[in-house]
Amino acid sequence: MATQHSRSVARLMMAPAVVLLLGWMLVPLTMTLYFSFKKYLPLRGGDLGWVGFDNYVRFVSSSSFWPAVQATLMIVGGVLVITVVLGVLLAMLLDQPMWGQGVVRILVIAPFFVMPTVSALVWKNMFMDPVNGLLAHLWRFFGAEPISWLSEASMTSIIMIVSWQWLPFATLILLTAIQSLDSEQLEAAEMDGAPVLKRFYHIILPHLSRAITIVILIQTIFLLSIFAEIFVTTGGAFGTRTLTYLIFQRVLESQNVGLGSAGGVYAIILANIVAIFLMRIVGKNLDA
Amino acid sequence: MTRAVTTRRKSLNTALAWAVGLVIFFPILWTILTSFKTEAQAIASPPLFLNFDWTLENYAIVQERSDYMRFLWNSVIIAGGSTILGVIIAVPAAWAMAFVPSKRTKDILLWMLSTKMLPAVGVLYPIYLLFIRLGLLDTRGGLVVVLMLINLPIIVWMLYTYFREIPGEILEAARMDGATLKEEILYVLTPMAIPGIASTVLLNFILAWNEAFWTLNLTAVDAAPLTAFIASYSSPEGLFFAKLSAASTMAIAPILILGWFSQKQLVRGLTFGAVK
Repeated sequence: MATQHSRSVARLMMAPAVVLLLGWMLVPLTMTLYFSFKKYLPLRGGDLGWVGFDNYVRFVSSSSFWPAVQATLMIVGGVLVITVVLGVLLAMLLDQPMWGQGVVRILVIAPFFVMPTVSALVWKNMFMDPVNGLLAHLWRFFGAEPISWLSEASMTSIIMIVSWQWLPFATLILLTAIQSLDSEQLEAAEMDGAPVLKRFYHIILPHLSRAITIVILIQTIFLLSIFAEIFVTTGGAFGTRTLTYLIFQRVLESQNVGLGSAGGVYAIILANIVAIFLMRIVGKNLDA
Repeated sequence: MTRAVTTRRKSLNTALAWAVGLVIFFPILWTILTSFKTEAQAIASPPLFLNFDWTLENYAIVQERSDYMRFLWNSVIIAGGSTILGVIIAVPAAWAMAFVPSKRTKDILLWMLSTKMLPAVGVLYPIYLLFIRLGLLDTRGGLVVVLMLINLPIIVWMLYTYFREIPGEILEAARMDGATLKEEILYVLTPMAIPGIASTVLLNFILAWNEAFWTLNLTAVDAAPLTAFIASYSSPEGLFFAKLSAASTMAIAPILILGWFSQKQLVRGLTFGAVK
């Protein structure tokens, strides 16, 4: 029974949040667009005039562009595959009756709360250091030559670190979804003698499909912009320079703002493509 | 089904789950253990697990050398400030959307979510420039505002999904009894909304505490929080495992403890209510 009066009160209550977010979106976005059409080098001459789409063409045709796209796709794809597959298995395991379930959940979830700079540094030094790292000890124990992870297997290392951080998130969401599964249906299938794999394919997986989609979309958005993990480990060297890192280097390290801004516009478009799919699912949920 | 079978299966599950859990937790455990070793013991070969002389000297050295307390204080102010500010702005908005919905409510909610998708690096320079011009670079106030803005969509969404669970009939009953809007909010809604607000505060405090793009790029010395404190340990020269571990433990301990309380909220908050 919303009256005219309560409607205007409601609008007033929403105003601060709406105005702030509108400003947060429009002001920097307009500036990025503006810079992207300029030759702008703050440390070497400043604003050198309009250049049309020159920055957009140069960003895409630079020799570091395709490797950056490749690195981005490898990290996002690799982490998604690992976290979703292990996440489903782990969620199914954690859903089983056991002793100390609460404690195990805490152990599994913990990495998500470790700040990215800490997990990257701990992995880099204490595990992946080629001389004193724990993995080097392990390799030597089995008589193998220790690997300098972050230079020789840089991509694998970054994917490992980031997967460790995001596995808890995937597991927790999938576990929440599994727990809403009607256990009678599963028991009935078990009684009927349906083998484990069949039960998984025909009951569990379809039930999880929406949760898996959500995990993939949300993680993609976060993974496209991972930064600290690369910043403190390889610094973008050894083929781990992602699009995000490339833009960061263009803007802040080499202070080529025009070029970096054009890259930023590409990143925004890319993220929006993913976001559209996510919003559709979330929007559908709102109607329900 | 006999009892023996269930117990055996349960034991098996337990063993497997504990093994996996410990493997996943191991890097954190190892960091905590190493922080109590001397530097020589930290790189001993073969590695020492529990059979070393426990010492607290690393913590003392880290605090003395890099003034941990200052970074900690910055983290508390930045994460706490941005969360409180965000909740103050979001509560009225979420309240209005949950209880006085209009045709556009859904569009507004989805639009708010879309601002969260804006990749930070796309607007890095504009924000950097604005910070310089406004004298906000390396200030806690500037970071409070930025982190509040990037988390505001999550805060609004979480509060909205919690508020929507408050039954509308109770409000109508209060209205029938002649409660004014102020009384309605103060005595009916607030008590029911507090658990939801508390969960929202908790999760957003954690997210702000761990944020490592803006905090690294917009601070130098004065306002640097723990994310930057740890990043300063990334230089290869003078690398000491035990001190790194002590610093890491000090940076994550407060949030690990809070995090354990917020597992449920994590799912709801980070999926924007799509999975509950």
